[in-house]
Amino acid sequence: MSTSKWIVAGVCAALTWPLTGGSQEGPNLGIEATPEEIAGWDISIGADGDGLPVGSGTPSEGASIFAAKCAACHGLQGEGLLNDRLVGGHGSLATDNPAKTIGSYWPYATTIFDYVRRAMPYQTPHTLTDDEAYAVTAHLLHLNGIIQADDVIDAQTLPAIEMPNRDSFDRVYPPTD
Amino acid sequence: MSQNQQITSTLEPVAGNGLLHRRLFLTGGAATLGAGALGLLTARHVTAAPPPEVPEWMKAPGAPLSGYGRRSRFEAGVQRYVATPAAGTTGAGASRTPLERLNGMITPNALHFERHHSGIPDIDPEQHRLLIHGLVERPLVFSMDALHRYPMVSRIQFLECSGNSRTIIAAAPQSGTCGQLHGLLSCSEWTGIPLGVLLEEAGVDPQGRWLLMEGADAAAMTRSVPLAKAMDDALLAIYQNGEALRPEQGYPVRLFLPGWEGNISVKWLRRIAVTREPTMTRDETSKYTDLLPDGRSLMFTFEMGVKSVITSPSPGLAMQGPGLYEISGLAWSGAGRIRRVEISADGGESWAEAALTEPVLSKALTRFRLPWRWDGGSAVIMSRAVDETGTVQPTREALIAEKGTRFAYHINGIEGWQVAANNEVTNVHV
Ligand code: HEC
Repeated sequence: MSTSKWIVAGVCAALTWPLTGGSQEGPNLGIEATPEEIAGWDISIGADGDGLPVGSGTPSEGASIFAAKCAACHGLQGEGLLNDRLVGGHGSLATDNPAKTIGSYWPYATTIFDYVRRAMPYQTPHTLTDDEAYAVTAHLLHLNGIIQADDVIDAQTLPAIEMPNRDSFDRVYPPTD
Repeated sequence: MSQNQQITSTLEPVAGNGLLHRRLFLTGGAATLGAGALGLLTARHVTAAPPPEVPEWMKAPGAPLSGYGRRSRFEAGVQRYVATPAAGTTGAGASRTPLERLNGMITPNALHFERHHSGIPDIDPEQHRLLIHGLVERPLVFSMDALHRYPMVSRIQFLECSGNSRTIIAAAPQSGTCGQLHGLLSCSEWTGIPLGVLLEEAGVDPQGRWLLMEGADAAAMTRSVPLAKAMDDALLAIYQNGEALRPEQGYPVRLFLPGWEGNISVKWLRRIAVTREPTMTRDETSKYTDLLPDGRSLMFTFEMGVKSVITSPSPGLAMQGPGLYEISGLAWSGAGRIRRVEISADGGESWAEAALTEPVLSKALTRFRLPWRWDGGSAVIMSRAVDETGTVQPTREALIAEKGTRFAYHINGIEGWQVAANNEVTNVHV
């Protein structure tokens, strides 16, 4: 494509946007990504479990990882220390002292795995193996009384968990009128 | 109407406790009548030696030219208010714009508020890539060089953190300057690529309804954005007020979603995944949802409500005795343009319409002004904005009646400043 042609096409795409829903010709300077490249980047986990890797973990495996890598900031029992409380608070949301924790507030268990694997431990994110991330997730679910001590958390069991506060969210978007 | 008549009529109070007509300053009334007639404060000028004394800086050539400018050393005290984060977690926190020390509608880049979840990454633009994948015909990777070749657009728009002004719903009014209380708010000219152009190139599958946006910071910050918003007015911003984005504002490229809560305009953007459903990331479930009194929560409360604050007079800017002052502030709405701003100087008993400084732009900060003759007595000043949809900024009371006091985001109630006879200005609930 010649330079002048893409400039014209690009400007049109920008100017007519968003009046036309149809496809406009843009500069097309993106390079097609390979499945391998995407796999290396795609770390997000859908609420339905989409994207969960192979691997597994149990609360007891997670307990020692949590004590070593998380407790300094979140407390040994996840009760909160320097940073967010992660455990308890059940039944507190409608009181004057609501405690929003994984157990009392988070609507989806998949979010724990997604968030911990991408962002924690705070000082050294992306250092947990998938098995470790499953194990810590299992431990946090167990501390919150949502699973048993020997339950195995993996790509099948995690999205199947019904979090206690799951149905307490009302979506404001999209607007209804 | 002759100039004289105009001046006289603009000098008539238009609302209680000394509010004057909004056209007073515009007609030049204050200037032609002279400072004395209006009681304008001149104390500051009196202390300077009169001409023809030649000040030091006129007696020798000044500083040489420079490659990158800096402000006057006398302005060095104008700083963001940096909240100290918990020990060991440097970078997870916020700094606020000193709104009371600025004027106009644009926030200087170095004073734009900050909110990071794991610090500011030091990104090499040569190595940075943006991936668009998921429910698309062609997953695409863009280098920064490629993005720079796209046609760009510029828009002046505000960014407000969803958690701004939390102190409005605190039981007791909190002490602090305007910036400390409401400074998670800034406005810039953003230049970049309409996101829709790149999405069209990738070819969004008809089943794609949401976009997962991921940042290249250590928190890999993620939010889900409705495709409709992305196609409407979303921008991949590369420039801020004419220069490359600052690192703390997302260098080399950020998402910018006009009128929506700041957190969703993901900085350091590196990945866009087209999905059927929202991903339900931590920052759209655990955080950035509004807990209501009955224990239920609102989710996807994206748009920032109509709001205004008076930046001057305000706490920290002490009054200088009775006389003529300009009440000035900022109004904005995530729904569009500001239509009107009203000001009260008697705690809400009566209201006068403020002048809006052009340009009044959609989803931008709008500067408002109104002359006020302060008689030196106790006064409560406050502002109330109305946007182009006719939505009126709610009172604090109405906001609390609707949402309680346990929500932590989208707090747009009216707050007042108490001006006291001793010249002090403090925060009050009204
Ligand atoms: C150095 C302190 C530190 C360590 C160690 C740490 N975290 Fe965190 N954690 C934080 C901070 C700070 C935040 C909040 C970040 C933000 O502002 O977004 C956080 C947030 C979280 C949250 C979200 C809380 C909420 O309510 O949204 C979870 C879950 C979590 N951490 C789990 C872990 C796990 C699991 C580990 C160990 C593998 C860990 N953290 C280690 C500091 C730490």
